[in-house]
Amino acid sequence: MSMTTILQHCLTGISLGGAYALIAIGYTLVYGILRLINFAHGDIFMMAGYFMIFSLASFPWPVAILITLVVTTVMGIAIERVAYKPLREAPRMSIMISAIGVSYLLQNLSTYLFTAIPRGYPEIPFLKRIFRVGELSASFVTVLTPILTIILVMVLMTLINRTKTGMAMRAVSKDFETAKLMGININGIVSVTFAIGSLLAAVGSILYFTDRMSVTPFSGTLPGLKCFVAAVFGGIGNIPGAVVGGFFIGIVETLLVALGYSTFSDAFTFLLLIVMLLVRPTGLFGEKTVEKV
Amino acid sequence: MMKKLKRTTVYSLLAALLFLAFLYWLDANRLSQGMLISILQKGAILALVATSMNLLNGFTGLFSLGQAGFMSIGAYTTAILIIPARSLDGVYYMNGVHPAIMHLRLLMAQSPPFLQTIYPFIALLLGGALAAVIALLVGLAVLRLKSDYLAIATLGLSEIVRAIFSSPQFDQITNGSYGLNKIPNFPPMLFGLIPSLITPFIITGVSIAFIVLLINSSYGRAFKAIREDEIAAEAMGISLYKHKEMSFVISSFFSAVAGGMLAMYMRSIEAKTFSITLTYDILLIVVIGGIGSVTGSVVGAFLVTAAKEWWLRFFDQPLTLFGVDIPLFRTGFRMVIFSILLMIVVLIYRRGLFGTNEFSWAGLAKRLGLKRANKKEAAQ
Repeated sequence: MSMTTILQHCLTGISLGGAYALIAIGYTLVYGILRLINFAHGDIFMMAGYFMIFSLASFPWPVAILITLVVTTVMGIAIERVAYKPLREAPRMSIMISAIGVSYLLQNLSTYLFTAIPRGYPEIPFLKRIFRVGELSASFVTVLTPILTIILVMVLMTLINRTKTGMAMRAVSKDFETAKLMGININGIVSVTFAIGSLLAAVGSILYFTDRMSVTPFSGTLPGLKCFVAAVFGGIGNIPGAVVGGFFIGIVETLLVALGYSTFSDAFTFLLLIVMLLVRPTGLFGEKTVEKV
Repeated sequence: MMKKLKRTTVYSLLAALLFLAFLYWLDANRLSQGMLISILQKGAILALVATSMNLLNGFTGLFSLGQAGFMSIGAYTTAILIIPARSLDGVYYMNGVHPAIMHLRLLMAQSPPFLQTIYPFIALLLGGALAAVIALLVGLAVLRLKSDYLAIATLGLSEIVRAIFSSPQFDQITNGSYGLNKIPNFPPMLFGLIPSLITPFIITGVSIAFIVLLINSSYGRAFKAIREDEIAAEAMGISLYKHKEMSFVISSFFSAVAGGMLAMYMRSIEAKTFSITLTYDILLIVVIGGIGSVTGSVVGAFLVTAAKEWWLRFFDQPLTLFGVDIPLFRTGFRMVIFSILLMIVVLIYRRGLFGTNEFSWAGLAKRLGLKRANKKEAAQ
């Protein structure tokens, strides 16, 4: 492979990684607060793809993007209220099963509503414009994804470290019970967490599907699981960790596909997960936790 | 006490005989009862997987989502071993068959007839054994993980297995993305005394009986102790590592046997069959039946299979009532209804059908409100 090809693949990988990073943040935030792997997160991401298809059919793109973001956020909050909130006191296994149930429901619902046939993702003209630098060529979305990801993460970090809501989020993730005793509105904070996670998933979805052209009811499952791995890799509950994990998995996956091991690119992600959990269970930047009896 | 025990045993034997007679009746009418047979067979296979998953998730408290992976190991091993030699070239028409498989099949064709009759069962057992060995090795590493980490690691494991089976590097063995077909149906047992239709029920019955015996043994009590409180169990001298590993290996073994049966049932398999969705389907059976109840898993497997493939079918057909088209009824509606039912079970009826209870004749009598049973209990 020539240097140009490698660079070209790296660029694609970085772009894919940016979308992964945005989804991984949703996992890491929810896990930090509820200790729940939100199995439905990948399907929220998929639904956002369909929302975009339908809203762009009847509105200009800025309105369509806004609608997609709002509807996805509302859906994320609604799912938490209906499926996770009643189980707050239940064992962790039940709430995880509920998450799997929601994922199952969303997949079946979208199969019913939109059929399993892949639907073409609409092109937003300015996102698809091709840029050339030397021998490298890239569409605008490829360049935009990592930049937008970094900006959003910086905004999110400021929100978490500087505002009162952010402080409450940190408190809840540190100790659920004590935070409750200190008068923090737990349900409000959980809703905010799901709102942020779903919003970022919607942004990620627009960036991801613009590059991939089509959406099916099952196109959220695998990216969802990979992004969870990214979150674990970076240290679950840690936002910069999730971003690093997302970029890492995106780049390695693209390079594996480029080398001709496309069937193994999914397996690699999970191998990475298992190795990481065994070598360093708390991830790259995770804090050490002590199991209390 | 002795008398009571005997009576319940007689009841159980009678019920088993009745079911067996029903199966023989089905076999005699297999042409007209195709739907029922196919649902019962699939239900029996899923009952075995669900029970083995329950052994792990419900009785040992290890939340594992790797069932589909172990099923695929069993299915592929069995399928590769039993596809007839004359069909091999047709199955592997794209990449050619690995010479070792061809030699093995030709060797088997010349072996004594007795060996040939039990050969499919050996294939099932080998599939199970391979899965058990893999589970043993993987368990060394993975079982150190706790709850949701274990879930995602086992899920990952099953994806890795799927990627290996569908990769072009193993084309001559697994036929890559083309999958395997021309897999023979279930073999008959006892020189044809038990027709092939009944074989999966016998295998499932024996396997589930083994799992029930295991759960009621001292090992089973150790599993439950680990489920309730790992640290307390360890303090009481139960080896966490040994019992977790045991539960994982046995569960994987039976999942793989069921996977092998699934291959015989479906007659053709591909790596896609064993995706995450399959694990979810089985988990849902376990949840609907009740986590921690073997009876629940078995009843759940038959109910879910029948509901999905038969009773709820009409939701997928367009419906006209009194000359008005009901707009919701079309392809896919069945699965939506099914998912909503499932969410209701998960959110409201959290214990599922059976909770952690098992079937017993006394319990059934109580349910039916038979006065005699109540009186007897009061007398004791």
